[in-house]
Amino acid sequence: MSKRTYERPYLRKLNAGLGNKFGTRHSQLPVTEIDGVPVASIMDEYGSPCFVLSEQTIRQTYRNAVRAFGTRYPKVQMAWSYKTNYLNAVCRIFHEEGSWAEVVSIFEYRKALGNGVPGHQILFNGPDKSADDLRFAVQNGSLIHIDHLDELYQLSEILATEDLKARVALRINMDTGVYPLWDRFGFNYENGSAWTAVTKVMAQSRMQLAGLHCHIGTYMLSSQAYAVAANKLCDLALEIRNQYQHRIEYLDLGGGFASGNTLKGSYLQGSDVIPTMDDYAEAISGAILQHPFGMSGELPTLFLESGRALIDDAGYLLGTVLALKRLGDGRRATIMDFGVNLLFTSFWYEHRISPAQDYSSHHEDMVLYGPLCMNIDVVRENVSLPLLQKGDRVVVHRVGAYNMTQWMQFIQMRPNVVLIDTRGVVHLIRRREDVQTLNNQELVPEYLEAVKGS
Amino acid sequence: MKISQNIAISENGFLFNPATGDSFSTNDTGKEIVRLLQEGKNQAQILDAMEGLFATDRASLEKDLADFLYMLGNYRILDANTAPGSL
Repeated sequence: MSKRTYERPYLRKLNAGLGNKFGTRHSQLPVTEIDGVPVASIMDEYGSPCFVLSEQTIRQTYRNAVRAFGTRYPKVQMAWSYKTNYLNAVCRIFHEEGSWAEVVSIFEYRKALGNGVPGHQILFNGPDKSADDLRFAVQNGSLIHIDHLDELYQLSEILATEDLKARVALRINMDTGVYPLWDRFGFNYENGSAWTAVTKVMAQSRMQLAGLHCHIGTYMLSSQAYAVAANKLCDLALEIRNQYQHRIEYLDLGGGFASGNTLKGSYLQGSDVIPTMDDYAEAISGAILQHPFGMSGELPTLFLESGRALIDDAGYLLGTVLALKRLGDGRRATIMDFGVNLLFTSFWYEHRISPAQDYSSHHEDMVLYGPLCMNIDVVRENVSLPLLQKGDRVVVHRVGAYNMTQWMQFIQMRPNVVLIDTRGVVHLIRRREDVQTLNNQELVPEYLEAVKGS
Repeated sequence: MKISQNIAISENGFLFNPATGDSFSTNDTGKEIVRLLQEGKNQAQILDAMEGLFATDRASLEKDLADFLYMLGNYRILDANTAPGSL
């Protein structure tokens, strides 16, 4: 007689009518393929954990955003937000689609140049630009987005010393009705700092004020906040035209558009509450087109620096169950081979996690831990999943934004990252690190070289 | 290790404890363990029986059985004084 299929014994107390903090099970089917490529084959070849990016999803998401804005506003230019995911292969897909580069450090700036972006198609944001960085960017004809007065004065000095001219924008922060305000970057609109900065730039013969920029927040759940921001930038641009007879060429509404991830503490799933790209486009385009600034004269180019909303859905993290245990209070704990070291976004998202193999109808409430020797290494505090076993594989969804830039090297090495191209071919785009990768950066003082462990 | 009296378990894994009024859901494997407990089998005997019934290794069975018995004790389905780990 053949033996029966084994499934870990399971016991679940039935509490009819009671709410459950673990929520209900959302995933009905295992995720065994990504873009037609078996998850098992990727993990067999590239190991576990492993990040996977879908080129098809990147291009579809990008084209949807371009369609949403392009059908509402005649002059739109995307600038890929490097900090969201600056893997060269990813950046090059966005550039091939027509995106410029938006960078916030000289490291990102040099990456953009390396990816073939011409200097005049790089928007240089961020509060940390050294004199050398500014000089280099100006010589390359990049658009300098000035963050604070110290930068403005420093740039002024460089331009005078080097006999250069720069095209600049001012970063403006403002009250859009969404709190807490993001007022640490740029010049405040309401308290007059923004106008003061405008007057200072307009007094500089070597600076051409080409644009106004804002980045009002991140994971913005209100599209109307962008309408408020667009209106305030238009007010400012109109005032500049009236006072100085100077035309602002572009308005940069930044990024911050939400992805379909679910924020911690959210009652509803992220995809049920976030505005669509069309909502954001309608709010921004409508505000500019209906503003006196937009209705008179030539329309400014609309720049967008969306990152998260364009790449999150295209990223997956594949991982494996290391162990199961029972916590002191009776809860099931499942330990994965990935933690907050790789999934930085698990600090604020309830990531959707799907088993990558068939499972029964039974499911279990559990805590998902990572492999770090660190108490805060919690991937999901409460989640209901099928009866996972040691060695089972899982797929974490919507991890394309920020994880591959904010990941940390703590007791483990960063894993392989692969890209599935539009034909379904898998390409390794970042090799896993090893001990040598890290030791290469270290130096041992001569007097310690002879020391051996006793 | 003794299962509480009058524990009722249905074919599809619905388990009822009339002493507390609590009801539970279990799977095929759990159902088999409860049946063996009701037959008066001890932990070693249950392991032997399960090994003959299911396609798995002894180490997994041992680990999972210990956890399942802990949960049965925790929910008072095993008599408190006879549950594994009771002091």
